[in-house]
Amino acid sequence: MTDQIATTPLRVARPRRRFWLPLYSWLLIGYLVLPIGAMVLFSFNRVLTGLPQVSFQWNGFTTQWYQQWSQVPGLTAAFWLSLRLALVAALISTVLGTMLALSLVRYSPREFRGKSFVNQTLFMNIAAPEIVMGASLLGLFATLNVARGFTTLLLTHVAFSIAYVAVTVRARLSGFDRTLEEAAGDLGSSPFTTFRLVTLPLIMPGVLAGGLMAFALSLDDFVASNFVSGSTLPFPVWVYGATRVGIPPQVFVLGTVIFSLGLACAALSVLLSRRSAN
Amino acid sequence: MSDSGTSGVTRLRRRAVPYLLALPAAVWLVGLFLVPLLVMLVKSLETCSPMTGACTMSWHWGEFGSQLSMFHKQMLTSLKFAGIATAIDLLLAFPIAYWIAFYGGRRKNFFLLMLLVPFFVSFVIRTVIWEFLLSNDGIVLTTLRNVHVVSTDFHILGTSTAVIAGLAYNFLPFTALPIYVALERIDRRLLDASQDLYASRITTFTRVILPLCIPGIFAAFLLTFIPAFGDYVNQQVLGGIGNTMIGTVIQNTFLINLDYAGGSALSAILMVISLVGILVYGRLIGSATIGEFL
Repeated sequence: MTDQIATTPLRVARPRRRFWLPLYSWLLIGYLVLPIGAMVLFSFNRVLTGLPQVSFQWNGFTTQWYQQWSQVPGLTAAFWLSLRLALVAALISTVLGTMLALSLVRYSPREFRGKSFVNQTLFMNIAAPEIVMGASLLGLFATLNVARGFTTLLLTHVAFSIAYVAVTVRARLSGFDRTLEEAAGDLGSSPFTTFRLVTLPLIMPGVLAGGLMAFALSLDDFVASNFVSGSTLPFPVWVYGATRVGIPPQVFVLGTVIFSLGLACAALSVLLSRRSAN
Repeated sequence: MSDSGTSGVTRLRRRAVPYLLALPAAVWLVGLFLVPLLVMLVKSLETCSPMTGACTMSWHWGEFGSQLSMFHKQMLTSLKFAGIATAIDLLLAFPIAYWIAFYGGRRKNFFLLMLLVPFFVSFVIRTVIWEFLLSNDGIVLTTLRNVHVVSTDFHILGTSTAVIAGLAYNFLPFTALPIYVALERIDRRLLDASQDLYASRITTFTRVILPLCIPGIFAAFLLTFIPAFGDYVNQQVLGGIGNTMIGTVIQNTFLINLDYAGGSALSAILMVISLVGILVYGRLIGSATIGEFL
């Protein structure tokens, strides 16, 4: 494979193509970003009425809501709860999902009977409507008389995150070079040491991607959480409840903070992947 | 592999490894995904007393019929809204996915990140922002009114259009990513080959590119349609009385009316409709491929 196969030069894009497609794409990106920009902008909006609620009438710039970000008790509690929940749920589902992915990639159906059953279940779990998962878990918890709260939320969030982690890690594992592990084994390393020193560092990008996905899924989950939360309200469920009575500006502040942190993480990973690609 | 211990115990231990690795996740998925679905089916066959809320098993299949006859309109509304929103998303997403995959160059990752930007803001907040943007004194309608595109009594909020627009906005990244992945994977030499064989641009597109990204389009359809079908946030925030979707009904049946039998029957129907898509995908494209499209 030494000869360079000419790919693009044959197809010289005509100016027309170079114009309309990018224009359309940028417009679509603008459409996707526009509401987010509105959120960031209006988190700095002054409120003139006595009741602090967001309105989309520009009243002047203020950082008041950033200074008073924790002044709405229920909201702050919901925010911390969501963060704790997302952290624990991501941790559990990353460990369990990675183990599952290893068992799926490494072993043939003869060595691992039930492999196709697991595959089918993972796919169904990802594709199933979340409302059905939430409703069916509520039915289960009610049948077993489990009180709704942090535990039921955690059980639920891990239940819908494991599959995402497993398929993400599995996708990264499929191109894995097993000879490195065999070399470690030949050099007298135990299976666990091999895993710790050879396998884990190699699959780490996939595991991290899966973990971040699980974290984001949990942090943003509304539909299933709404069924199993009881009176323990995570951030999205609290915001949803507030839509009926009016949303305090702090919601936009916290939304902006989460957005900035998420974007920073993603930008960092883009930069890192570009550096490793060069 | 160097394997010193060939004794029975070691071999047994080695054989157990895949099962031990899979066990915790499998227990979690069976106990908190498959078992609840079964419980849901069982519950839908129970009869609950409206007075005490106590449920007894009565093998009452009639719940499905009575729920359907009560709420078939909302079910059809959901199918229609989700269908239209998915169609819009497929049309909107394909060109940008095509552009990023074929002309993205070195900035591919940047453009993909731009597609994902909405995901960094909570789904509920995104919908609330649209409520503000589309409200009668919001930016969109004020501008349209000022340039006399719409009359002064024109409104969007509360209409089916608002709900469909919200669904289309919220699930667009789910549509764009699988299509992008499918397009990105196409071997560019196939396109050159097609051109060398004197295929026109359009023929190359319809006979080479399009067939090769069918799996991606199907995955996009599945990942957009199913969540949109069961969604109730968009309808509750952006919609009105006339366009109630089945998700709203299920939520109210469970959380307000506390009718677990009725709610379970409705959820089971929703699950069966989704399963049709899931099984067709698994059969035609293979369930193991879904990971590549996430």
